[in-house]
Amino acid sequence: MGPLVPEVIGSQLNFIVALIVGIGFGFVLEQAGFSTSKKLVGLFYGYDFTVLRVFFTAGVTAMLGVVALGHFGLLDVKLIYINPTFLWSAIVGGIIMGLGFVTGGFCPGTSVCAAAIGKIDGMIFVVGSFLGILAFAEGYPMFEGLYKAASWGNVQMFETLGISQSLFAFLITFIAVAAFWFTAGIERRVNHKTGKGFHLSKVYLGLTGLAIIIGLTAFVLPDKREYMLKELANSSFVSSFNIEEMTSDELAFRIIDNDKNLQIIDLRSQKDYDSLGLPQSTRFDLENLFEKDAYKLLSLKDKENVFIANNELTAKKGAILARELGYSNVKVLQGGFDQFRKDILGFVMPSGTINRNDVDTFRFRSSACNAIPVLMKENKLKHASGEKRQVKRVLGGC
Amino acid sequence: MSKSKYMNPYLAGIFLGLVLLATIYITGRGLGASGAVKSAVVASVETVAPSHTSNLKFYKEYGEEHPGNPLMNWLIFEMIGVVIGAFISGLISNRLKFTLEHAPGTSSKVRIVGALAGGAFFGFGAELGRGCTSGAALSGMAVMSTGGIITMIAIFGGAYAFAYFFRKLWLSYKGDY
Repeated sequence: MGPLVPEVIGSQLNFIVALIVGIGFGFVLEQAGFSTSKKLVGLFYGYDFTVLRVFFTAGVTAMLGVVALGHFGLLDVKLIYINPTFLWSAIVGGIIMGLGFVTGGFCPGTSVCAAAIGKIDGMIFVVGSFLGILAFAEGYPMFEGLYKAASWGNVQMFETLGISQSLFAFLITFIAVAAFWFTAGIERRVNHKTGKGFHLSKVYLGLTGLAIIIGLTAFVLPDKREYMLKELANSSFVSSFNIEEMTSDELAFRIIDNDKNLQIIDLRSQKDYDSLGLPQSTRFDLENLFEKDAYKLLSLKDKENVFIANNELTAKKGAILARELGYSNVKVLQGGFDQFRKDILGFVMPSGTINRNDVDTFRFRSSACNAIPVLMKENKLKHASGEKRQVKRVLGGC
Repeated sequence: MSKSKYMNPYLAGIFLGLVLLATIYITGRGLGASGAVKSAVVASVETVAPSHTSNLKFYKEYGEEHPGNPLMNWLIFEMIGVVIGAFISGLISNRLKFTLEHAPGTSSKVRIVGALAGGAFFGFGAELGRGCTSGAALSGMAVMSTGGIITMIAIFGGAYAFAYFFRKLWLSYKGDY
């Protein structure tokens, strides 16, 4: 599951990735004609809309790719870097950049491309951007107020607009295609050209058709996550699954035994987990099971994953979800944590005669009743030293 | 040998989109450009006036966010790649040439001043707007960031708003079309 950094690709290798990505980036920009100001500023005067075409096609391709990878569970979109929104600095900064665009004829990335193929104007632009950044750095206290005003956090546009992600992606794609058509007309008029304007060749028609089919399937097939969560709310769906159970006694025994193959997935609330957390356990909400943290834990080989919750039903939901997500070796705690509490933590030796078969069980329970709270306390101290689980986004941005 | 033609813009856009998508899938972050220049600025100021960087707030905040050598930065490596990639592209399309490009109706001097001022505006704006056309607008659009999309609209909107005043710099290019 993506992103592959930092687990699959370490920070050193990531620099190599940066280099390779950069080569692709620079190559495509230069091939597209972004190493000349003539093409770059064309869209502002109506004679050449190449920039708009490349830019919007790239943005839409990458956006739809991110949506699709997230939809099919291949990329944990909670981890990717979402540029933070600071309303006023975004607007004022953007307008200043626009001024820079029409005076300098480049943007930072394209000026480097131009410089790389020997354009002296590109090199001068790079020097200029160096000076501009220096000016910002030196005068930072003056601009800090504007820079940090109206902080909205890492919000996404569809949240801001209050529409669904799919609808927003569709709108952007539609706007892009409409802009391609519209600007092709302007371009022809400005350049006094006659003949065909914006048209789709067979290849593009085919590609567009394919994209529309993929898009529609994504629309029709609900998001895996939403679908599963909905199914889990359905009791007949849940009861149709047969998940292996683990008894309180076995769980207690293996905790005391410090069984390294055992992984406890605790679905209780954070409060319950904090007050009575079992050793070797990790807390998740059902929704978290779709994320990369759960993937890292549950995809480990040769581990037995026991789901616990206050009641067995919730634990079973978690186990079903894990199994549906492709993880093997899942079990549930029989009777849930309530049963465990009754059997082990709050064990009271029954009075009266004891069935001979139960003697060993009760003996074990009464010793476990003392041993496990000690282990839980040790575990709590170990984790109190600040090992809080939280979603940590990748750092990025310019 | 004549210069090769440029790639079809839609095709180039798809390739660029795939590069960006691969970047997001592998690293969890998008592309960038001005950030590399920022790292270079910080590194230069650190070398020239080390005491200065430890005093001024901007450098302090940068240092907190990016511990270690400012040149050991993802975007620096990416931009080295951009230089290599653009150079290879220029080489195979026969476009490598030392030249100060300017529109037929514009003098070299005006072009030099324009490029320097434009770079300065863009650099300054990119710092204020937390990213340039690559890092904020394009990558922001890919992840549907509100801030990124607002910055994108502001960049293009601003450019259109100012375009009229700088038309003399560029309009003589129109004759080539």
